[in-house]
Amino acid sequence: MVNVAQTFALMSARRLFVLGGLALIVIGMIFGDIFAVFVLHQNAGKQGAALVDAAQAVARQDPQAAGRAFQDLGSLLEDRGTKIDTHAHMIGAGYLALMLAIAQPYVVLAAATKKFLARLFISSGIALPIGIFAIHYIGLAYSPFAVIGWASVLADLSGFLLGLVVLIEIWGLVSYFLRATAAPVEPELPRDKTWSCRVLLTGGTVLILLGFLYGARYAAFDLYRNEGMEAEIVRGMLQAATANSGNGIAQHAQEFGNLAGDHAVQIAAHSHIIEFGLLAILLSFIQPYVFLSEASQRFWVLMLLAGSVILPIAVALELRFGLIAGGIADLGGLLVIIALIAMLAGVIRYTGSLDSTGATE
Amino acid sequence: MTKSRKILLLGGLALASFSMLFGVYYAVFIEHQTLDGMSGSLATSFARAAEGNKSESEAALSLYFATKYNYVRQVDAHSHWVGLAMVLIVLGGAFDAVVFAERLRQVLAWSMLLGSILFPLAVILQAVDHGSWTRWLAVFGSALVIASLAGVVAGFARAGTD
Repeated sequence: MVNVAQTFALMSARRLFVLGGLALIVIGMIFGDIFAVFVLHQNAGKQGAALVDAAQAVARQDPQAAGRAFQDLGSLLEDRGTKIDTHAHMIGAGYLALMLAIAQPYVVLAAATKKFLARLFISSGIALPIGIFAIHYIGLAYSPFAVIGWASVLADLSGFLLGLVVLIEIWGLVSYFLRATAAPVEPELPRDKTWSCRVLLTGGTVLILLGFLYGARYAAFDLYRNEGMEAEIVRGMLQAATANSGNGIAQHAQEFGNLAGDHAVQIAAHSHIIEFGLLAILLSFIQPYVFLSEASQRFWVLMLLAGSVILPIAVALELRFGLIAGGIADLGGLLVIIALIAMLAGVIRYTGSLDSTGATE
Repeated sequence: MTKSRKILLLGGLALASFSMLFGVYYAVFIEHQTLDGMSGSLATSFARAAEGNKSESEAALSLYFATKYNYVRQVDAHSHWVGLAMVLIVLGGAFDAVVFAERLRQVLAWSMLLGSILFPLAVILQAVDHGSWTRWLAVFGSALVIASLAGVVAGFARAGTD
C-alpha cells in the first residue's frame, strides 16, 4: 500500500509540477477572462474599422492609404494574437506541468535532475507568456536584430527551455519502457476511487467527446461554407469600393465582421470544452493531494464541471444573444477559476500538513 | 503496466514528438513565408483595385484565398496532432479505470491511436489534393476517435456502477 505522503515530498519535482501547474492554469484563466471582457470585442470593432478604411482608400483610388490601413490591421491582429497566445501558452504550460507530475514515477532520472528540470520548467512557463505579452508593446526597441525584439527573444528562449525539459522527461520515460524491470522509480500515486475522482474522470472524458462532436459538426457543415462566404464578401467589398459605393462597403464590412465573429466563437467553443475536459481528467489524478473534506471536494468538482459546460455553450451562443451570452460565458469561466483556486488551496493545505508533521522526511 | 496503457502512452508520446518536430519545421521554413504571402497578396489586391487594375487585383485576391486555404489546414493538422497526443497520454494515465476486458481496451486504444494519426493527416493532405477522398479519410479518422472515446466514457461510467 502506497503512502500518499511519500509521493509528495518537500520540494520534490512532483510537488513543484502540481503547485506550479495549477498556479499557471489559474493565472492563465484569469488573464483570459480579463482579455475577453476588456480587449476582445473592442479589438474586433477596430479591425472592422481598419478594413472599412482600406476599402474607402480603394474608393478614393489612394493605394498609400490602403497600405496604411493594412498596417493598422496588422498591428491590431498582433495585439489580439499576442494576448490570445499569452492566455493559451500559460494554460498549456500548466497542463504540461500536471502531466509531467503524473509521469514522474516512470521518469528514469536522478531525483536532483528531476527537481532541477521542474524548477526550470515552471520558471520558463512563467517567462514565456510574459515575453509573448510584451511583444506588442516592446516591439524592436533597443534590439540588435532587424526583425526580432527582446520580448520575442525572451519568449523564444523560454519556449526552447520548455521544449528541452519535455524532451529530457520523454527520454526518461522511454528509458523506463526500455528497462527490464517494470517497477516505477518512485512511489506511484495510489489509485483513488473516490466519487470526486470518478466524476472528474468520466465528466472530463464526456466533455472531450462533446468537443469532438461539435468540431466534427463544424467541419462537416460550416467550414467550407464559411470559406466560400468569406471569398464572396471580400470580393463584394472590393467591387463596392471600385464602384465608390459607401453603403456597399459598410454592408460588406458588417458581413465580414459577423462571419469572423461566427468563426471565432465556434472555434473557441470547440477548443474550450476539450481543454476543460483535459483539465478535469488531470485534476482527477491530483485529488489525493487536495486536503479538503469529501463534501467540499464534491462541491468544487461540481462547480468546475458546471463552469466547463456553461462557458463553451454560452460562447457558442454569443452571436445570437450578444452581451447576455458573453456575460454568462464569463460567469462560467469564473466558476472554473474559483473551483481551481479552491483545489489549489486544498493542495497547499495538504503540503502544510505534511511539512509540519514531517510525514515526508 | 497493461498493454492498452502502453499503446496510448507510447503512441501519444511518439505522436507528440512528431507533431512538435513538424511544428518547429513548419514555423521555421513555411509559416512566416506563408503569412507574409497572405498579408502581401491581400494588401496588393486592395492596392491594385485602388489603381483601377481589376485583373491584377483579382489574381492577388485568388492567391490570398488559395494560400489561406492551405495555411488553415496546415495549422489545423499540427494543432490537432498535438491536442490528440495530449488526450492519448492523459487517457493512458487513467486507462486502468476503463472497466472492460483488456482485449477490448486494446481495441479501443489502437482505434484511438489510429484515428489520431489519420484525421490530422487527412486534413493536411487536403492542402495537397483537393479531391473528396481526403475529406472521407478525415471523416473516417475522426469517426474512429469519436467512437473509441465513446467506448472509453462507457468504460469509465461502468466503474461507478461496479
